[in-house]
Amino acid sequence: MSRIEKCFKQLKRQNKKAFIPYLTAGDPNIETSLNLMHALVQAGADIIELGYPFSDPSSDGPVIQRAVERSLAKHTSLKGVLALVKRFREENQDTPLVLMGYLNPIECMGYQKFAEDAEAAGVDGVLVVDMPPEEAHDLLQIIHRSELDCIFLVAPTTHEARARKICELSSGYVYYVSLKGVTGASHLDIDSVRTNVNQLKSYCELPIAIGFGIKDAETAAKLGELADAIIVGSALVSLIAELKDGHEYSRDELSKHIALMAGMRAALDRS
Amino acid sequence: MSELSGEQLYDGPDEHGHFGIYGGIFVGETLMPALEELNRVYTKLKQDPMFWKEFHNDLAHYVGRPSPLYHAKGMTKALGGAQIYLKREDLNHTGAHKVNNTIGQALLAKAMGKSRIIAETGAGQHGVATATVAARLGLECHVFMGSEDTKRQAANVYRMKLLGATVVEVNSGSKTLKDAMNEALRDWATNVDTTYYIIGTVAGPHPYPMLVRDFQCVIGQEARQQSLEQCGRLPDSLVACVGGGSNAIGLFYPFLKDEAVRMIGVEAGGLGLNTGKHAAPLNTGAPGVLHGNRTYLMNDEDGQILETHSISAGLDYPGVGPEHAWLKDIKRAEYTTVTDEEALSAFRFLTRQEGIIPALESSHAIAYAIKAAPDLPEDHLMLINLSGRGDKDIHTVAQIDGIDA
Ligand SMILES: Cc1ncc(COP(=O)(O)O)c(C=O)c1O
Repeated sequence: MSRIEKCFKQLKRQNKKAFIPYLTAGDPNIETSLNLMHALVQAGADIIELGYPFSDPSSDGPVIQRAVERSLAKHTSLKGVLALVKRFREENQDTPLVLMGYLNPIECMGYQKFAEDAEAAGVDGVLVVDMPPEEAHDLLQIIHRSELDCIFLVAPTTHEARARKICELSSGYVYYVSLKGVTGASHLDIDSVRTNVNQLKSYCELPIAIGFGIKDAETAAKLGELADAIIVGSALVSLIAELKDGHEYSRDELSKHIALMAGMRAALDRS
Repeated sequence: MSELSGEQLYDGPDEHGHFGIYGGIFVGETLMPALEELNRVYTKLKQDPMFWKEFHNDLAHYVGRPSPLYHAKGMTKALGGAQIYLKREDLNHTGAHKVNNTIGQALLAKAMGKSRIIAETGAGQHGVATATVAARLGLECHVFMGSEDTKRQAANVYRMKLLGATVVEVNSGSKTLKDAMNEALRDWATNVDTTYYIIGTVAGPHPYPMLVRDFQCVIGQEARQQSLEQCGRLPDSLVACVGGGSNAIGLFYPFLKDEAVRMIGVEAGGLGLNTGKHAAPLNTGAPGVLHGNRTYLMNDEDGQILETHSISAGLDYPGVGPEHAWLKDIKRAEYTTVTDEEALSAFRFLTRQEGIIPALESSHAIAYAIKAAPDLPEDHLMLINLSGRGDKDIHTVAQIDGIDA
């Protein structure tokens, strides 16, 4: 059983929802990212989505675009992000890690090497934003031979036939994009999310995580009721944007700075 | 070379939008259904003679087609080799080949009932051509343009505004065409229900490289017929500049099965390939994925897209249409480069020899001819796509000359 699957099984037994924060690795630098990851676990993260930077993040809004620019200014590479995962694993062998980003850095590394190195570093899942199922065949073949899960997106525009295919191809969980737009948008319509997610649940056997546009504890709680997990990206990344690059932050300082995360976790548990 | 017959080699893309390993659809899930729908609508309309009748009617009476094939005798004489023929896309309404595509895609937008149009632009030619068709159809129009480009193509920014379009300055990344395209994709994902995205070149996700090519093919179809009528035979070589590759594929495609016709695409060599400051992915890059398709890209060893440089905003792009990647690999077309400086002297050369001021993009094709034609026999017919006129570039050139124009 994969670490992600185990995580969801365990939460289910406890009747809890998964809290999945996203951060861009290398923003503002790798050291801070490492400490942030541990601080997120302290704040109650069940799974962490770790973004590896790409120069042209065409599905992301301004908040994550700028995070990527800060990360690239530090020359963060996919290789560097895998090294970060390895260091995180020295201390934490339990929290599942999902790499999230765009296809080109993976193409450049080579699919086989990527899968081997990611698995060896301690990555659990991969979500490639600009790789729809239609183009996933080659990478999936390699991933299926590894222990890695491959997570795909379902969007509000996705019709049922596509969504069924996406659920079949995915493993770990399915990421439901809560709105039409880019990350960090704020035009969330909870009623339409409810309708779409309920429909998705009727045939999707995997846990469903809802992401995009979750900015506060109240929304986290509301969306948590609808699915198995919520994903929080831009709200966290905006807080990280306030950190100074030159400064070394202790984990406690970071925990305090991202207190919103613990607040979301608590709200999720109350819902 | 592959065992495929000419038919299969040149009849791409396949139903998933692939030209060999290139092309395809690499976008976020939100846009996938919109691309499926676009493909469905276009596949149907492509079979409809009324659709093409309306397209060609607009091209004839609004754009002013066919564009002439002009025997450039002054240039030919000055070079003392191949006979030079210019396909005069510079004479089109709005001043470049770009309008052939926007006329076609506007018909698609209309058929799909979209009320809003978006586009990305580099030189501003595609932006102007999009704003033009939007004005004509009474559609809301937003054009995304990198802030580097709004500076060097200020006249086109003003033209778009006069035409009623909103020009959105893009300040992310390298602030040029690739970033404008990212921003257009973001807007499209947000407004996908109401909005039609008119991509300006043969790049982007399937079906764009196919449908933009189909609309631009009018260039090659006319040129082929004109060559037969005016010269009694097909040309020996075709030359076109390559940014995303739409004017080049528009010229090349109708000749692909004429195996004796050589095809030369000219990329922007910028300050020289050895400086890294250029925009020549076919000459220096490797296959990768950007903006919805797999193609030759300029990226570093970690897959980050590199900043490009060209004197011409319209060629300043780190990728290239996937069909060109394919034609390069199967060796049906050749791709070379000329530098900024060579393009600039070609700009001056054509202006003086023929009284035609070419766009700096098109000047790259002229510059290739200046280098190659003298070594070719006098009975060699070289057909160059003069993709646009240089009015938009007057300021750039004047600035280099130290003149305040
Ligand atoms: C006159 C002209 N030629 C060529 C190009 C390059 O585009 P493509 O390679 O798609 O023809 C442009 C783009 O702006 C242009 O304005």
